[in-house]
Amino acid sequence: MNIKIKNLNHSYDKSKVLSDINLEIMDGQILSIIGPSGCGKSTLLRLIGGLEKPCSGEITQIGSPPAGCLNAMTYIFQDFALLPWRTVEENVSLVLEDHSLSNEIKRSVIDDVLDRTKLKDFSYAFPKQLSGGMKQRVAIARALAVNPAVLLMDEPLSALDSQTRELLLEDFINLWHRKPFTAVYITHNLSEAVRLGHKILVLSRRPGKIIETISIEKPIADRKLIDKDLDQYQKHLWNIMHDEARAADAELLNV
Amino acid sequence: MYDIKNKSNNSNNLNVNKPVPFIGKGFQPKTRSWMGYFVFFIIIFVLELGTSTGVISSLTLPKPSDVLETIIQLFQSGLLFKHLVPSILRLVIGALIGISLGISIGTLIGLFSYFRSGLVPVIAAIFPIPKIALLPLFVIWFGIGEGSKYALIALGSFTPTVVATYGAVDNVDRTLIRMGQSFGLSWISIVYKIVLPGAMPGILSGLRISLAISIILLVAAEMLGAEYGIGAYILEAGSLYDLERLFAGVTILSLLGITVSVFVTKLEQKILKWR
Ligand SMILES: Nc1ncnc2c1ncn2[C@@H]1O[C@H](COP(=O)(O)OP(=O)(O)O)[C@@H](O)[C@H]1O
Ligand SMILES: [Mg+2]
Repeated sequence: MNIKIKNLNHSYDKSKVLSDINLEIMDGQILSIIGPSGCGKSTLLRLIGGLEKPCSGEITQIGSPPAGCLNAMTYIFQDFALLPWRTVEENVSLVLEDHSLSNEIKRSVIDDVLDRTKLKDFSYAFPKQLSGGMKQRVAIARALAVNPAVLLMDEPLSALDSQTRELLLEDFINLWHRKPFTAVYITHNLSEAVRLGHKILVLSRRPGKIIETISIEKPIADRKLIDKDLDQYQKHLWNIMHDEARAADAELLNV
Repeated sequence: MYDIKNKSNNSNNLNVNKPVPFIGKGFQPKTRSWMGYFVFFIIIFVLELGTSTGVISSLTLPKPSDVLETIIQLFQSGLLFKHLVPSILRLVIGALIGISLGISIGTLIGLFSYFRSGLVPVIAAIFPIPKIALLPLFVIWFGIGEGSKYALIALGSFTPTVVATYGAVDNVDRTLIRMGQSFGLSWISIVYKIVLPGAMPGILSGLRISLAISIILLVAAEMLGAEYGIGAYILEAGSLYDLERLFAGVTILSLLGITVSVFVTKLEQKILKWR
């Protein structure tokens, strides 16, 4: 399933947040979106997922979700959004309970996603017992359980320390490699963007406009933490971002 | 190091070894449960000593040992349960009505803006009324029997429960609700699996207050037209100026209060074990 966004504009009260966004999310690919903080990245993601309505413009789903998809647009949140009163397993089961699935199917889905995210041994742990990285794994497992058409990720690794971030990034790449999924990956971290993105969109400071789109041909599985091929992209992106970031920073001070 | 004598020395005098002083003391609440028993023991011991030596006149305070004896007699004669059972029944029924209504209405206020706008002013108007003042009214409405007692306790536990509940519902993490919506959970599921469990800590601390108020109102209600009940027992003892029995009644009440508080703590430990 592809998603096409046409002439999208969005404002809160009178202040414009997103301006004239046109893009297409391609099936089986990861789209990274970067931009300075406050430029409307989270807002764009909420619009794509239908949590909010755009002021103008169209967001269309082209094609139908994959077979067995329970929730087409599925979020992974920066702060994990796990229910603290449910164990790891119950947190995953939450998103299956509203669907009329037999207990065996539910069981096998839960086992499968916990296995894929290496959480088997933590099924009965409560979120407070888990590290940040583990919590985000649970959130990823929960998202995979509904077999989503598009994964919408809002800075999923920003709350983690850099080592954990790298580990999760590797796990994430493996997950994608074993079973490619469609995803929008929002980040303000350039290296994450170039590691994961088939395509990378750069948003300007508020109101967010697309100021650059780049594609990276190198297969995601072959990209490394230290990777000469990625460096040139990262440098290029940083040159564009630098001025935007500086201006955005100064803007906040003027408020 | 700021010694005058040392001033000529290099301030990095490596011969001076001093442990870093610990300055992070205090301001960390810890539970020392024995301290509570100890204070109780001291108070009772001092009273016993004072009353038996005559320093405290028997007209001011009864001897703690006499009070204990009265309670034992009360127990042996079977009168204790004759008073305690109707009291506990009134407390349980009245509080159950008030608390379940309170949680329901509080949740509605928390979830629906129409309920909120309509009911919050009403609750704010009822909250500060001392409910005891309404007892005569309830006697007219519900009769001198059990009805007026249930009503008084129910109303008394209702208001704090409502306020605690809608506050707790308001404070449920919005990102969790967003998460539920984004996974397409039904409204009912979001309320039962996210909002209510998330509000539980707040609701339970409201429960503590509601139950304490219920005990106060129980005694007040029983002082009016009840044959049996802790309140009736205390009132009778008071009018006869029988200090031993008065204090026996008060002791039973305070034990009842402690029991209720332990009950809520156990409930919290069971329901909130995820914290
Ligand atoms: N619900 C809202 N109401 C009003 N303003 C909002 C709301 N959500 C976001 N904004 C504003 O829109 C801008 C973009 O926010 P956001 O999308 O969160 O940025 P980003 O995720 O890129 O940091 C910010 O200036 C923010 O203050
Ligand atoms: Mg954001």
